[in-house]
Amino acid sequence: MKAYDLAELAVRNLRESVLRNSLTTVGISVGVASLVAMLSLGIGLQQMATRRLVRSGLFDTVVVTSRRDLRNFNRNDDAGGLDPAQSPVLDEPSRQKIEQLPNVVEAYPDLRFITSFTFEDKPHLTMAAGVPFSYKTNDAFEGIQGSFFSSDMASEVILQKTFAAELLGKTQKPGTEETPVAELAKPLVGKEMTMRYQEKIDVPPASDVNGSAPSESAEAATTYSIQSHELKLRIVGVTDLDPDSMRGPVRARILLPLKLLQSLHVMQPTGMRDTTQATSKTPTYSTVSVRVKNPGKIQLVEDSIKKMGFNTFSILDATRSVRRFFTVLDLFLGIFGSLALAVASIGIVNTLVMAILERRREIGIMKAIGASDIDVKKLFFAEAGVMGALGGALGVALGWTIGRVINLGTNVYLRSQDLAPEQIWFVPWWLVGSAIAFAIVVSLLSGLYPAARAARLDPVQALRYE
Amino acid sequence: MTTVSPLTSKVAIRTENVCRHYAMGESLIRAVDGISISIPSAEFVALLGTSGSGKSSLLNLIAGLDRPTSGAVLVEGNNLAALSREALARHRLRTVGMVFQSFNLIPSMTVIENVELPLRFAEVDRSQRDSLAREALERVGLSRRLDHRPSELSGGEQQRTALARALINRPKLLLADEPTGNLDSHTGTEIMNLIREFNESLGMTVVMVTHERALAEQYAQRLIFLADGKLVDDQPNVVAAGAPSQGGRA
Repeated sequence: MKAYDLAELAVRNLRESVLRNSLTTVGISVGVASLVAMLSLGIGLQQMATRRLVRSGLFDTVVVTSRRDLRNFNRNDDAGGLDPAQSPVLDEPSRQKIEQLPNVVEAYPDLRFITSFTFEDKPHLTMAAGVPFSYKTNDAFEGIQGSFFSSDMASEVILQKTFAAELLGKTQKPGTEETPVAELAKPLVGKEMTMRYQEKIDVPPASDVNGSAPSESAEAATTYSIQSHELKLRIVGVTDLDPDSMRGPVRARILLPLKLLQSLHVMQPTGMRDTTQATSKTPTYSTVSVRVKNPGKIQLVEDSIKKMGFNTFSILDATRSVRRFFTVLDLFLGIFGSLALAVASIGIVNTLVMAILERRREIGIMKAIGASDIDVKKLFFAEAGVMGALGGALGVALGWTIGRVINLGTNVYLRSQDLAPEQIWFVPWWLVGSAIAFAIVVSLLSGLYPAARAARLDPVQALRYE
Repeated sequence: MTTVSPLTSKVAIRTENVCRHYAMGESLIRAVDGISISIPSAEFVALLGTSGSGKSSLLNLIAGLDRPTSGAVLVEGNNLAALSREALARHRLRTVGMVFQSFNLIPSMTVIENVELPLRFAEVDRSQRDSLAREALERVGLSRRLDHRPSELSGGEQQRTALARALINRPKLLLADEPTGNLDSHTGTEIMNLIREFNESLGMTVVMVTHERALAEQYAQRLIFLADGKLVDDQPNVVAAGAPSQGGRA
């Protein structure tokens, strides 16, 4: 029999006992719905976790240091590397080269220095750092009161909450309650403060008018001068970030736009050492942070940076174990979800066996007028398949709705607890497709026995039966 | 055993000592017990006997609905006992057309769908099926109510539908099991006339099972009597009132 004839006959037969077949189909759809709801929850949770991890910047960041910098993170790995003295300098051209590597989103230098800020005529000495503008979309500043920098070159600062408390004279005493960030931000945001800093100005040897003795080494031929400056900055926000967190650029109490900071040529703690090595006019960095497209590409990027002769550091294994955890979780959710489908498949077997009893005579007639065993088998398979496809489609819709409702309920609860809403549930297209396919496969498997039984039916017996 | 007319010398059906035994509990039922007959092409044969004589069982063996316990059934040269289940289904589809006492139409299908059902099994294109079915229905005198279900038709109309279905694949054999058993005598006559017409104009070999001797004598060219699964008499129909002259049988 041709496929469309088969499908047509199958649908016709299913319509003949609408109630029973609808109930069976609903059974399948409940099974599929539970499977879809379970798996989409697993996928949603996994996405939520990975999204958080990715946004945290911990898992897609490679920290690059020069081998010349002997205060390194992981010294053991360096045993076989280049001799520090022969390794390249981590300067602006190297940073640009790293940024050109495949899978690298950006590479920004770690600029930090201790300097003094004056607020309402009182000086405060603290650590300042440059924050790349890409942090605007990063969850590092999720808890910010006020706003992020308006531009990469804006003369604006974001204060870390303990520094903000210090400015207001509200330093937390042990055992007392912490002042909420919002309360700290209110009197500060919009106000101005002044930063004092030392600009390092490289002076080429030719214009060395001070008459200092020329060095023996050609490398040390550059000299520099230092100029004091003041810069007025507007406070735009206060964050609740921990100044001791893993995130390099925010490990400071006062944060400025990175580009702005770069343009100021502030004398850095490493600057003194650099003067002894006295390289070129281009800035030299102690650390460059490299953001990678996704955590999976970390190893690749690390390898290529190592080839350039730098030291690298990343937290890689953590994402691996997170992924393994979610694979196991998905597996368990899938098994629980499949239980309902297994029950539904028994329903299919029952319905089709009933259909054989009911349609004994019809099968006999079809055989008498020339239907082969295979024709009859195919017809029952088609009926099981149609029920599976309908049940699958219905089930996906139902599962989607259940997921939506769970998501909505969770978010209502989260909001009532003053927490940000989360997408804890996600139905990807592949899940829609494979859930329907799975329902059809399960239905066809359930149809195996009834179909075989119908095919073996003796037409003489069947026709005698009234 | 039979006198074969020289005009119809080609053998359509031949059984050789065919047996069909059933085990029913402890006892063995010999539904067909060693029957050997030969039916030439285009002959109209009536199988007569009382209920349980084995006439329907013999018909089922010829139809390929059942397999003999022993012996051979040769239809159009094929030994049905040796055919696979698939090949036997093909035999039922292509070589034989069947009509039954209880019509055996599929209740959920309309008249035209019932008639074209064998074409579906024969994988005939949808476009051709409709015209073939209408043609067959016209031949049995049914041109209205084609979209009705069998339950909405009279017995005569149902049997016409069944006849059209039996003809649709242009088989060589028409096997009829008590075709008028559920019809009044007037309608029965109409159906019998149609069967005779197929026998004459299309040259179909007809084997009809009946317990009504009068009916058999009126239409068949040859009468085969069975009792307890055995052949008891096989004779040309000498009465054959309506039968046309065929090789001096009358």
